[in-house]
Amino acid sequence: MEKLLEEFSLGLFFWQTLLFGLLLFLLWKFAWKPILNAINDREEGIKNALDAAEEAKKEMQNVTADSEKLLKEARAERESMLKEAREIKDKIVADAKEQAQVEGDKMIKQAQATIESEKKAAVADIKEQVANLSIEIAEKVIKEELSDKKKQQKLVDDMLGDIKLN
Amino acid sequence: MAYICTDFERPIFLSEMRKTFFTRFLLVAALFLSQTTFASEKENEHNEHGKDLKTEIKEYIAHHLQDAHDFSLFSYTKENGEHKYVGFPLPIILWDNNGLKVFSSSKFHHGETLAEVDGNYYKLYHSKIYKTDAEGTIHYDEDHHATNVKPLDFSITKNVVMIIVTGLLMLWLFSSLAKSYGKNNGIPTGAGRFFEPIVLYIRDDIARPNIGEKRYKKYMPFLLTIFFFIWFLNIFGLTPLGVNVTGNIAITVSLAIMTFLITNFTGTKDYWMHQFDPLGKSLPWYGKIPLYIILVPIELLGLIIKPFSLLIRLYANMQAGHIVLMSLIGLMFIFKSWIGSPLSFGLAFAISLIEVLVALLQAYIFTMLSALYFGFASEEHEHDHEHEAEVAH
Repeated sequence: MEKLLEEFSLGLFFWQTLLFGLLLFLLWKFAWKPILNAINDREEGIKNALDAAEEAKKEMQNVTADSEKLLKEARAERESMLKEAREIKDKIVADAKEQAQVEGDKMIKQAQATIESEKKAAVADIKEQVANLSIEIAEKVIKEELSDKKKQQKLVDDMLGDIKLN
Repeated sequence: MAYICTDFERPIFLSEMRKTFFTRFLLVAALFLSQTTFASEKENEHNEHGKDLKTEIKEYIAHHLQDAHDFSLFSYTKENGEHKYVGFPLPIILWDNNGLKVFSSSKFHHGETLAEVDGNYYKLYHSKIYKTDAEGTIHYDEDHHATNVKPLDFSITKNVVMIIVTGLLMLWLFSSLAKSYGKNNGIPTGAGRFFEPIVLYIRDDIARPNIGEKRYKKYMPFLLTIFFFIWFLNIFGLTPLGVNVTGNIAITVSLAIMTFLITNFTGTKDYWMHQFDPLGKSLPWYGKIPLYIILVPIELLGLIIKPFSLLIRLYANMQAGHIVLMSLIGLMFIFKSWIGSPLSFGLAFAISLIEVLVALLQAYIFTMLSALYFGFASEEHEHDHEHEAEVAH
């Protein structure tokens, strides 16, 4: 301890304190403050940049999700449109078929009616012609038959017989 | 009490050092150039003077460890016995009874002559300036201590010069680092690339964990300054300049006092409460009285012991490092053999490498412990409990 006290120099202590204080002040002002501020700024800048990148990434993800959603929607819409179109087509076809059926039926009925009436008319015509022919034949036969008495009788009998048959 | 040691490696070298106080040391640079013949000639010569090599080396080491009033790089003795010094004188500033005296240290001729200023005579004796009569008589007491009047010595000594040089170096280095941020878009250039990570280390690994996120900022300038100041001066101590600034008790006292003052001036209410009322609410007041008779003085003593340990640790480490290194170098001149000298050269080289590490380590420890004390002083109460909980784990 005695040696330490003997070694202690007040002058050196004075200069050290003074110079160190001065150095501390100057470095504080011209070095440490700007250095620490610059480091701080840089760190904050890096942090901000990272945050911004994260934000951008999120945004990007959102955009991707959005577009995917849009795509899905579009796909669904197309699907539904196709489905609708198919339905419409089917309906049209079905309608057409039905109509055709109805029309066909109607036409067939008409045709049948026509045929029926034609038939009736033809039958009537045939009857008339047959009647006419019969009358003509009868006239001729009668004319000939009437020339002979026996024959006349016979004719009347036959005809009567025939009529019964009819 | 010779040298107080705080590190493990020291005591071994110290005991060795006492045994090996036989050596002469010129200086690291001079040593590399010097030849054994040169040294042996000198030894013979000094033997004629009645001084043996041991004593001379011992004196040389003691002289080196102390501050000097001139900046001598090395000295040698001519054939005719005349001492030659290579270096430059420094200004002497004395405060005497009759005023301020300023003169050049060249007047002392390295302690060989008296300096006469305004009719007063001053003598440089064992690196200290005494006022004497015209013959330069030194009066001694029983313990062989000089009893002459010592004027107050505010000289710009070798150590003061080194402090100024280091200060200027730091100013230049760190202000250019600060400027390089502006120029290079926030990225340091040149030497700053080396120093910036150290600044960051002090901030992130010394200040932040020890002081706390909220308050560390106001201590940063001091911690940075003290770290680089001690580190640079420790490193300069290992150069052939032959300075021993951080191994000087006046320097470490000054540094420790600053830590002490900052600790106590920035101390919070909780810190002072802890000093005078360490148990707090855990005990009723009448229970505290017998305990506090012992506890409070211990706490208050702790205030002084903390910076005291700082100053002794730095002083002793640097002092011991210089002694060990110089003794080992001196051994080369003692052995003067093909085995001994290379061996002690190798040892000296290894110790130099360790000293480079110690230089950094001591700066780190001083800064670290300062930060720790600041942390204690600026702690708020709720953090105090957190801290106790951490310690308990």
